[in-house]
Amino acid sequence: MATILTVDDTASMRQMISFTLHSVGHEVIQASDGKEALKVLEGKKVDLVIADINMPNMDGITLLKSLRALADYKFTPILMLTTESQDAKRQQGKVAGATGWIVKPFNPEQLLTVVKKVLG
Amino acid sequence: MAIDMRQFHQTFFEESLEGLTVMEAELLHLERAACASGQDTVYADSEILNTIFRSAHSIKGGSSTFGFGDVAAFAHVLESRLDALRDRRSQPSQRVVGLLLLSVDCLRSLIVAAKTGKEADRNAIEAVRVQLEKLESENTALPVTGKTPTQVEALTTTHWHILFRPNPRMFHTGNDPLRILRELAGLGKLKTTADVSGLPSWEQLNPEECYLSWNVELVGSTAREAVADVFSWVLDDCCLEIAPKTMLAPTLSQRTVAEAVAFMDTNAGTLRVNVPKIDGLINTVGELVITQTMLSQIATNFSFDNLSRLFAGIAQLERNTRELQESVMRIRMLPLSFAFNRLPRLVHDMSQKLGKKVELIVHGEQTEIDKTVIDRLIDPLLHLVRNCLGHGIEPPAERIAAGKPETGIIELKAYQKGGNVAIEIRDDGRGMQHERIFAKAVERGLISAEAKLSPEEISEMIFLPGFSTAETVTDVSGRGVGMDIVRNNIRSLGGSVEIASQPGRGTCFIVRLPLTLAILDGLSVQVGIHTYILPLVSIVESVRIRPEQVSRPAGGAELYGLRKEYLPLLRLYELFRIEPRSADLTQGLLVIVEADGKKAGLYVDDLLGQQQVVIKSLATHYRKVEGISAATILGDGSVAMILDVTGLIRLAHSGAGHSVSNGSDAPPATVAASAAAPTIN
Repeated sequence: MATILTVDDTASMRQMISFTLHSVGHEVIQASDGKEALKVLEGKKVDLVIADINMPNMDGITLLKSLRALADYKFTPILMLTTESQDAKRQQGKVAGATGWIVKPFNPEQLLTVVKKVLG
Repeated sequence: MAIDMRQFHQTFFEESLEGLTVMEAELLHLERAACASGQDTVYADSEILNTIFRSAHSIKGGSSTFGFGDVAAFAHVLESRLDALRDRRSQPSQRVVGLLLLSVDCLRSLIVAAKTGKEADRNAIEAVRVQLEKLESENTALPVTGKTPTQVEALTTTHWHILFRPNPRMFHTGNDPLRILRELAGLGKLKTTADVSGLPSWEQLNPEECYLSWNVELVGSTAREAVADVFSWVLDDCCLEIAPKTMLAPTLSQRTVAEAVAFMDTNAGTLRVNVPKIDGLINTVGELVITQTMLSQIATNFSFDNLSRLFAGIAQLERNTRELQESVMRIRMLPLSFAFNRLPRLVHDMSQKLGKKVELIVHGEQTEIDKTVIDRLIDPLLHLVRNCLGHGIEPPAERIAAGKPETGIIELKAYQKGGNVAIEIRDDGRGMQHERIFAKAVERGLISAEAKLSPEEISEMIFLPGFSTAETVTDVSGRGVGMDIVRNNIRSLGGSVEIASQPGRGTCFIVRLPLTLAILDGLSVQVGIHTYILPLVSIVESVRIRPEQVSRPAGGAELYGLRKEYLPLLRLYELFRIEPRSADLTQGLLVIVEADGKKAGLYVDDLLGQQQVVIKSLATHYRKVEGISAATILGDGSVAMILDVTGLIRLAHSGAGHSVSNGSDAPPATVAASAAAPTIN
């Protein structure tokens, strides 16, 4: 199965995402902000990144831009976690190269559907 | 597939409550900035606003995901308010900051309600929510977009015609037309025609760009929404037309509603521990295992030649045990910030209520102390700070008249000193008003009007039960219950409180607390046939007594002259009415102890050795005895009393007539009478 990186500053969200993805056999790596995500990805290739937008140290948009600048992550699907009220952020994310988004709140089933969509 | 969301609840509650504490602290920060600038509007640092926003946002996301609808609804209103602040659509006024603080309270009570399964105060929360929303409508300088859900075209048809022409750069966002077509295929029967007219010549072809477009016929009963959904991520990256071939009756699109999840109470207290602490513990256990292996090897082929190795092994075991004990203790240690965090809010609310201006400065909040101590320290600490605010700090006008800055300062300082943690609570207010305290004490009948007391003794009066000098009884101070309870609470933790005060300059309370409540480093001493334990931290030195240094002023108790200092000499056997090995002072030893800045010499028969003892409360097993703080069980199974050095010194000083006698202290004889009983064997 695929290797997926989940980046979120809230532990409950990370736990929920990784538990859900684990349950269908994906390998999940966690990071609590953009900086940590970049560190975790050093010399490593994942198949999908799911990142929150609002995070301390380095936010999701900056992480997106940094990832797209890496040869390894030029075409990798990167999903943002957003809420309905974040239209502007979603646009910024798109410009920065986000593949798509998952709107909070979501349940495990929705998450799996979306992941299936990008992993094919 | 069913995933039980309840397993994530505990983490959600914990991090949300932590997030609220962060929000609160930052909001108070804003408030302080506003006070300092003297302006009503607060020019908020964008980083502070971001931090506040992030907390609200996380709580909103989490609560809606984990099914706490009412938390999410409230967080949503708060979040949009904060978002407006963050986007500089409005500047927070002090009123707004106050309202935001109230909102933090509401969220907290909602989360606590969700956690405990109890009902929150709906009306109060609703009132705050309405106010928040009102604020929002006041601030409609810019129209709020995206608030109303887009009208969904609830069209369903059996036959869709789709034209899909991706932008060349679609791959660069990690999207892939192939995946989109595959997803469409999941909706019904697909007939696709690729349009290759956009393909350039081989030389000009860039493999990273997309040149194809597609005509798709989708046959199947599908809502337009579902079809559009497939393209939702790439709407801006392509040309898209979705047209129905035939129209059928509209149906309502349905959204699954998050099921209300029954709450499972996990009331077990949890403790978050830093990884380095756990690592330390594991290291120590590793060493313990090595020592154990070594000892069992010695035991299997034991001969007396190995005796020295055995002793070395036991010494190592001792060291390992001590380290293990320390590591385990360290797990229970929390930084004092857990207690201090409550104070900024208290100072904020109270200073507003009292019309005073106060700045709170905190130092050393990283000092660690046992969790039990922290839990029981919070109330006394709140009370002391309340006291500084209520009695110490003057109203602004009075401060200006006294030539002081308008804003008063309350300073908290924590630091570790030996086996103790000291917390200083200092204000720059008016200081103790000794005449008023004295007058009040006379009025309350606590002392006679003729009593002559030193300023220190007068200060001590505020710790008497039923004492209060506040002119009006407010809900913040002046109820007359308090300082005595504060002292009792701190004493029950094995600590002490002292006051230092300078009229017009301020007051300082110094609270001293033991690092841990469970274990004590002690020195065992022999008096007659009994063993007593003295806390090691309070021992200064032990000396052999030279008879010529012992003096007895007329009518007073014995004093011992040690390096130009006269210390009261307390014969423990007299105090506890037991038979000493020898009443001749030269046959025993004098242990010099210190507490609350005062010293005394305790006469004992002998010193037995230093050891760690586990503290057993005497009050729970027997009853409270003056001069004795607790009991312990020794290696041979016998019970030994742990001496209350603070109490003994107080006793010695009053007995020695060191200060002006006021007759209010219990004479040693009464103590001896009550202490004679519990010589358990």
